[in-house]
Amino acid sequence: MFARESTTRLLSETGGLSAFTGRFFRNLFKPRFEAAEFVRQCLLIGYKSLPLIGLTAFIMGLVLTMQLRPSMIEYGVASQLPAMVGIAIIREIGPVITALIFAGKIGSSIGAELGSMKVTEQIDAMEVSGTNPFKYLVVTRVLACLFMLPVLVLLGDAISLYGSYIGVNIKGATSFSLFFTQVFDNLAFSDVLPAFIKSFFFGWAVGLIGCYKGYFSSKGTEGVGRSANSAVVVASIVIFLLDLLAVQVTDALGIN
Amino acid sequence: MIILQPNKKPAPAAVQPAVITVSDLFRSFGSNHVLNGFDLTLHRGEIVVVLGRSGSGKSVLIKCIIGLIAPDAGRIEVLGADISSLSQDALDQVRAKIGFLFQSNALYDSMTVRENLEFPLRRHWIQVHQAELDGLVRAVLQDVGLEHTIDMMPASLSGGMQKRIALARTLMLKPEIILYDEPTAGLDPITGREIIDLILQVRNKYGSSALIISHDMRCVRLTADRIVLLLDGVAYATGSYQELSASNDSQIQQFFNS
Repeated sequence: MFARESTTRLLSETGGLSAFTGRFFRNLFKPRFEAAEFVRQCLLIGYKSLPLIGLTAFIMGLVLTMQLRPSMIEYGVASQLPAMVGIAIIREIGPVITALIFAGKIGSSIGAELGSMKVTEQIDAMEVSGTNPFKYLVVTRVLACLFMLPVLVLLGDAISLYGSYIGVNIKGATSFSLFFTQVFDNLAFSDVLPAFIKSFFFGWAVGLIGCYKGYFSSKGTEGVGRSANSAVVVASIVIFLLDLLAVQVTDALGIN
Repeated sequence: MIILQPNKKPAPAAVQPAVITVSDLFRSFGSNHVLNGFDLTLHRGEIVVVLGRSGSGKSVLIKCIIGLIAPDAGRIEVLGADISSLSQDALDQVRAKIGFLFQSNALYDSMTVRENLEFPLRRHWIQVHQAELDGLVRAVLQDVGLEHTIDMMPASLSGGMQKRIALARTLMLKPEIILYDEPTAGLDPITGREIIDLILQVRNKYGSSALIISHDMRCVRLTADRIVLLLDGVAYATGSYQELSASNDSQIQQFFNS
């Protein structure tokens, strides 16, 4: 009974999200373009996420380096520490962790904001005043997430590598230029490009799921809370699924 | 179904052309048949109150009229246009001539009062001079007696003030018709009376027609030129307050004697 209900709910959610995605693409190319709102959302989503993402990226780089160091020393490859940390951060940990934090901060905020607007009839008021609320609220937010997450990933990677440099120097002495030379000498274009491309997909998924959950929030404050929560949960799962898919694609293309 | 038409002589507004005509409107939600062939006419300059119990489909009716809910069957004509057959652009043009006061006020809580009031104008006027816009905002705020709130956030205003600001927002486009969804719900008697006075002032100043959804009998008595009683999804009775309150029909009397 429970399994059947869960399956029905999963299929219904998947269908709803697919229809929502179709609506997003239909509205994306239709005038009028909400440029001012898009820029405002880029500022809110990108700039205001930077402190949290910067802090977590710094700690992540530092901790990763400190935890890898003993094993690297044990295997006699301590000199390869910057290269290893660099590849791990650029290829996988940077984009995925940044996207997960982004889902937690921005996905939930979009879900709660749109959910609250829905239950207080603000979305209806917008429609009545001759505004297409889907274009104004959804398309602008999804596009802002799509373009801002890759920027945040790049900044997060840079901050994370700086954290790693500090980590290396806590129990050793490596110059700034030597550390970054070792990092970049061991990075190939095929390490950077797939990671950068997949961050666009992660951003798109976080924006779309946050908007979907908020836009179809059920009545009441409980519904708003549930929308915010499930926006984070679903977006996090989708990030991992997209990551899995990205690995398969890059593998198949021979750039892994 | 009993349809009372007690008003033998037409009210003055009835000689004016119809601005809203609802014919044979049906709307269901699952097995819940909310509207079962509802009919209504609103004439230019008239105030019609749709009276009904909570959950009787009053809000569904005005959301159908403004095009927020699609009816299952029936015809809705607003200012001569069939709402259900309009393209999105044409519907937006019709909506620009209609003001809608939501029960929850629906003020944009991330915007100041000024931005809330400017929003509908910015959507309909591509080029608008900021000085002109500012003048319009201040004039409308003066009409509702809240000029000093111009740079405040909606959350810092009382319920009655929010209602006035919401009404001011509907007035920004000088609408020909204003739809009021429970305008006095949740307000204390004094603030409720202020909103009622404001509705009458707006009619006198702007000459707009009004369709009010309410179950507040004081609001009904003070504002209605004509009342339409919504019962079991149909227009059960129509007439002035005096005519309906004098009716012997038990279904009508339960509203007036409660």
